[in-house]
Amino acid sequence: MFAQCADPASLEGLAWLMCYLTSGKHMLFYASFGTVLLLLAITAPIALLFGFGGALASRSRIAPLRWFGKLYTSMVRGVPDIIFFLFVPIALDQGLEWLRHQVLCDTDAPVRQGNDFVVCAAAKLPLSSSPPWVHDVYGFTLAVVAFSVVFGAFAANVLHGAMQAVPRAQLETAEAFGMSPRQVSRRVLIPQMWTYAVPGLSNLWMILIKATPLLFLLGVEDIVYWARELGGTKTSAFTYPHPDWRLYYFLAILVFYLLMTWVSERILGRLTRRLSAGQATMGGEALRKGPA
Amino acid sequence: MSCAQTITDYALRSIGIGERLLPRTDFDLCKQITLIGSGLIWNLYFAFFALLVGFFLATALAMAKTSGNPWLRKPADGFVFLFRGSPLFIQFFLAYETLVLLPRAGIEIFGFTVETSWLTKAWAGALIVLILNTTAYSAQIFHGALQSVPKGDIEAADAYGLTGWHKFRRVMWPTMLRLAWPSYTNEAIFLFHATTLVYFSGFPAFQQRGDALYYATYFADRTFNPFVAYPIVATYFIICTLILIGLFGMVNRRLNRHLPGAVTRLKYRPELVR
Repeated sequence: MFAQCADPASLEGLAWLMCYLTSGKHMLFYASFGTVLLLLAITAPIALLFGFGGALASRSRIAPLRWFGKLYTSMVRGVPDIIFFLFVPIALDQGLEWLRHQVLCDTDAPVRQGNDFVVCAAAKLPLSSSPPWVHDVYGFTLAVVAFSVVFGAFAANVLHGAMQAVPRAQLETAEAFGMSPRQVSRRVLIPQMWTYAVPGLSNLWMILIKATPLLFLLGVEDIVYWARELGGTKTSAFTYPHPDWRLYYFLAILVFYLLMTWVSERILGRLTRRLSAGQATMGGEALRKGPA
Repeated sequence: MSCAQTITDYALRSIGIGERLLPRTDFDLCKQITLIGSGLIWNLYFAFFALLVGFFLATALAMAKTSGNPWLRKPADGFVFLFRGSPLFIQFFLAYETLVLLPRAGIEIFGFTVETSWLTKAWAGALIVLILNTTAYSAQIFHGALQSVPKGDIEAADAYGLTGWHKFRRVMWPTMLRLAWPSYTNEAIFLFHATTLVYFSGFPAFQQRGDALYYATYFADRTFNPFVAYPIVATYFIICTLILIGLFGMVNRRLNRHLPGAVTRLKYRPELVR
């Protein structure tokens, strides 16, 4: 990185540490914090969308849609999320490859041969000829889908509860004004439910933050991956030899997460206050009365 | 090989009884169900002991958090913040890396050599992390419940001349539990599900003795087929979760038995508080 870092063996003390912490691999480590933030930024809205769909589906008047919604919202209750994180990417990958196999390959050979999953070269996802970054993006996308599916189910639970919590009288009034069910949903139910949904969604955001290190299990090169990679003992064959420093790397990650949750808690606290204003709830009443 | 033979070979494989080698060819349904079920022993072990020890520690921690003495309250707040603010996955890694740094030969204390090598094993190290983790989360729940113990109850206890331990044991604690129980049930479910993380987080599976998800991943990796092993482990977990809810529901009914009509059924619906 810097000119004086050309020969690390001659460096000592702080200068060595400076050069060590700015080495190319460390830059990748710092960038992986961005990966985590990117995952959060992409997953949260998609999960909210999935949750919204799930909650609406579980209230639907069409029975199969309602069953699907109920199944989707209750699946996360009994099954650990890690199982979904392991299952969804590989199931999705195989599903897509199977579809491409049907379309692109002209063999009649079955996809499952004994203990192997075989598709022709043209059906591989991503193609084996594609550059490494395509593989990275593909892996990351699968991770995003897995996270969105699981957290969408969580969000569906929260939003379903919030929809139930909207006072029945509000909806009845809307009906009395002659609104159709669709209008009731759009004009009364959905705008009103957010204040009831915010505590649950805040919690969900915290759970999501704390689930991000599981990216490591999905084979994405995230902060846990780099912490293990960089922290492990480096013999003198390496440019920067050092003993086992994994503990320090994990401590850094711990601090990162503590900061993330602390900041989030602050922001969500303010948001809750904002949304409670003018609502017929305990929080809203406390705001109306002002500080006692 | 018949299914009965498979069961005798692999039903207790996860605790080291039975066949030494894991199956390498023809992974039939019976083998998968048996071995994954065998791994479930570890999940139940971790969940049971973590909840058992964590429950009492959490009660103490909640009292410390409620205490007026800042020397008690501040460390308790810090502990809860540390464990609730960071991912369990990172806590496992951190604990493992710390525990392996302990001297191999043991530590000399007052002339005795204290063995430390067992701490790096999953059954002890991971259990400690799980205990501390559930203690922090449960303490937060219990603290909230302690705050909402009705003022009248405390005043009544004072009027009866109850003090100290008796007041806590007979008035505050039962009410605290009663109020906290639905949330605590939720926490127990979360913790039970979190036990699947143990063998993915640094702690090695000694002689391939792992938990249910460890074996499910083993099968999924070998057969390239996630559609058998993962649904099996998911089914096991759904059954266990339902049993857990049933057991906690029984306790809930007992805690509320003096209040006619107060028992609300614990629902199979997540309360997302963690």
